Amino acid sequence: MKRLNYRTKAVILAAALIVILVFLYALGSLIPESAVAGSFLEAGQPPSRKHLFGTDSLGRDLFLRTLKGMSLSLTVGFSASMISAVIAVVVGVIAATGSKRADAVINWVIDLVMSVPHTILVILISFAMGRGLKGLLIGIAATHWCSLARLIRGEVLQLRSQQYAAVSRKLGKSSGWILIHHLLPHLLPQFLIGLILMLLHAILHEAAISFLGFGLPPEQSAIGIILSESMRYLSAGMWWSAMLPGLSLVLIVLLVDRLGERLRTVLDPYSAQE
Amino acid sequence: MKGTLGRFVRVLAGYGIKMLSLLLAVTILSFALVCASPVDPVQQYILGLGTAVSPEQRVEIEDYWGGDKPPVQRYLGWLSEVLRGNLGESSIYRRPVADVIAQRFLNSLALMLCAWALAGLIGFTLGCVMGTYRDRWPDRILKKLCYVLSAVPTFWVGLVFLLFFSVWLGWFPVGFSSPIGVLSEDVSLWQRLHHLILPALTLGMMSFPNIALHTRQKLIDVLNSEYVLFARARGEGKWTVLRRHGLRGTLLPAMTLQFASFAELFGGSVLAENVFSYPGLGSAASAAGLNGDVPLLLGVTLFSALFVCVGNLIANLLYRVVDPQIREGDKE
Repeated sequence: MKRLNYRTKAVILAAALIVILVFLYALGSLIPESAVAGSFLEAGQPPSRKHLFGTDSLGRDLFLRTLKGMSLSLTVGFSASMISAVIAVVVGVIAATGSKRADAVINWVIDLVMSVPHTILVILISFAMGRGLKGLLIGIAATHWCSLARLIRGEVLQLRSQQYAAVSRKLGKSSGWILIHHLLPHLLPQFLIGLILMLLHAILHEAAISFLGFGLPPEQSAIGIILSESMRYLSAGMWWSAMLPGLSLVLIVLLVDRLGERLRTVLDPYSAQE
Repeated sequence: MKGTLGRFVRVLAGYGIKMLSLLLAVTILSFALVCASPVDPVQQYILGLGTAVSPEQRVEIEDYWGGDKPPVQRYLGWLSEVLRGNLGESSIYRRPVADVIAQRFLNSLALMLCAWALAGLIGFTLGCVMGTYRDRWPDRILKKLCYVLSAVPTFWVGLVFLLFFSVWLGWFPVGFSSPIGVLSEDVSLWQRLHHLILPALTLGMMSFPNIALHTRQKLIDVLNSEYVLFARARGEGKWTVLRRHGLRGTLLPAMTLQFASFAELFGGSVLAENVFSYPGLGSAASAAGLNGDVPLLLGVTLFSALFVCVGNLIANLLYRVVDPQIREGDKE
C-alpha cells in the first residue's frame, strides 16, 4: 500500500465507492415487490436476525424496503442530476459564448429560479404534474442546475481568453470547433464533480419531497415515504422504523459525498504533486 | 458624501427594479404551473365545502375562478386582484389567504428567526475555532462533523429529535399536541416557546455547517495575510489577532451569507414544520399542495419569493454599506 501515491489511492477508492453504489442499486432493484409484501402477523417487530431493521406497521420488512428505497433514491437522484447537469452545461456555455443579451437573460432566469425556495418550487412543479415520479424528477432537475451553470459560465469565460483558444480562432477555426475541441474537454472535470455534488443534493431533496407526500405513491418503498410513515408510530415506540432507514439514507449520501471528494482529487491537476 | 448617497440610491433603485421583475416572473411562473395542473381548483373548492352545490352555485364558483376564460386573461384577473391585496380564499382553511399567510408567517418567523440566529452564532463560533486551530484536532473533528451534518436530511434530524426528546425523555410535546390550524390566542408564551424549541433546533442544526465552513475558510485567508504576520511580529497573541483582525475580516462575509441563505431557511422550515406539525407557512404550503388549495399555494409561493428577495437585498446592501472596498469600487 505504501508504494501507491495519493492519486492512485484516490482512483482505487473512487472505483470502490462506485462499485459499492452500483452494488446497492442492483441489490435494491433485484428485490421483487412480493418480498416486501409483509404479513400482519409480523407487524411492528423490533430489529431481529430475521428482520434486520424490524418490520413496519403493516408487517413489511424494513431492511428490504430500505434497500429498495436506496436504489430508488439513486435512480431518481442520478437521472434528475444528469438532466440538471446537462442543462447547466448548455446554459453555462450559452451564457459565456452567446451575446450579451443572452447572458443577461440567463443570469436573470438563474436569479428567478433561486428566488423561490427549492422545496416550494418542487412542490409547485409536482403539483403541476399531478404528483408521481415524473413531477419529482422534473422538479428536482429544474431546480438544481443553477450554481453549476454559473460555475461553468465562469470557467468558459476564462477558457475563452486563454492563448490556445485565441490562436485557434486566428487559425480560422469556427467557434463550434473550438467549443468541441478546446472548451468541452476542459469542462469535463467540472461537469463530473458538479454531477456528483448534485446527485447528493438530489437524493436529499427526493427524500424530503417524498417525505412531504409529494412525488411517489405511498405504497412505494422510497426512504422518504418510509420515514413519513414511521412518524405516525414514533410515539408508539417504533424507533427502528425512523432510525435505521434514515441512517441508511445518511450512509448513501456520505458515500456519494466521498466519491465526489475522491473524484476531485483525481481530476484536480494540482494534486499530482502531492 | 452626497455623491455616495446618490450612488446608494441608484444601486437601491437597480435592485428594486430587478426584484420587481423577478416577483412578476414568479407570479407568471407559478400561475402557469398551477394552470398546467390536472387538479381542478373549482372541484377542490367544492369538495372542501363538504356540501352539495346547486348548478347555479357551481356556475357562480366557476365564475369566481374565471373557469372558461383563457389562461392569460385569468392570470391578468388574478394579478390585478393580488395587486389590490386580495389573494383569494383558501379552500382548506376557509379564510382569506392573506389572513392565513399573515398569521402563519408570524409563527414561521419566530421559528426561522430562532434557527437563523442559532445557526449564525454556532456556525460563526465553530468557524472561528476551526480557523484558529487549523489542521489540528479541534479543526479536524469539527470539520468532519460539519461534513457529516450537511449529508443529513433536515426532516430526519427532526424525527430523531422527536424520538429522543419527546418520546423517550418526554421533555417536549410530540408536536401533534398543538392543534393543527390555529394557535388559539390564550396559549401562553411558555407553551409557544415549548413548541418552538425543537423545530428551531432542528432547523438551526441544518444551516450551521455551511456558515461554519465558510467562516473557517475566510479566517484562514485572513490569518495567512501579511498584516496578520506583521501583527504577530509586533507581538500580538493569538486571541488579540483574532479579535482585532480575524473577527473584523470574517464577520461581514458570514453575515452576508446568512442573509443570502433565506431560501434554504424557508425550504428547511417547510420540512421542520411538517415533522413537528408546527402551524407555520411551510406546513401550510405542503398542505395546500396536497389538498389542491390553489390560492394558498400561489400566495405562499409569492410570499416566499418576496422573503428570499428581501434577504438577498439585505445581503447586497450590507456588503455595500459595511465594506469600504466595494463602496470605493463603485466610483470607478
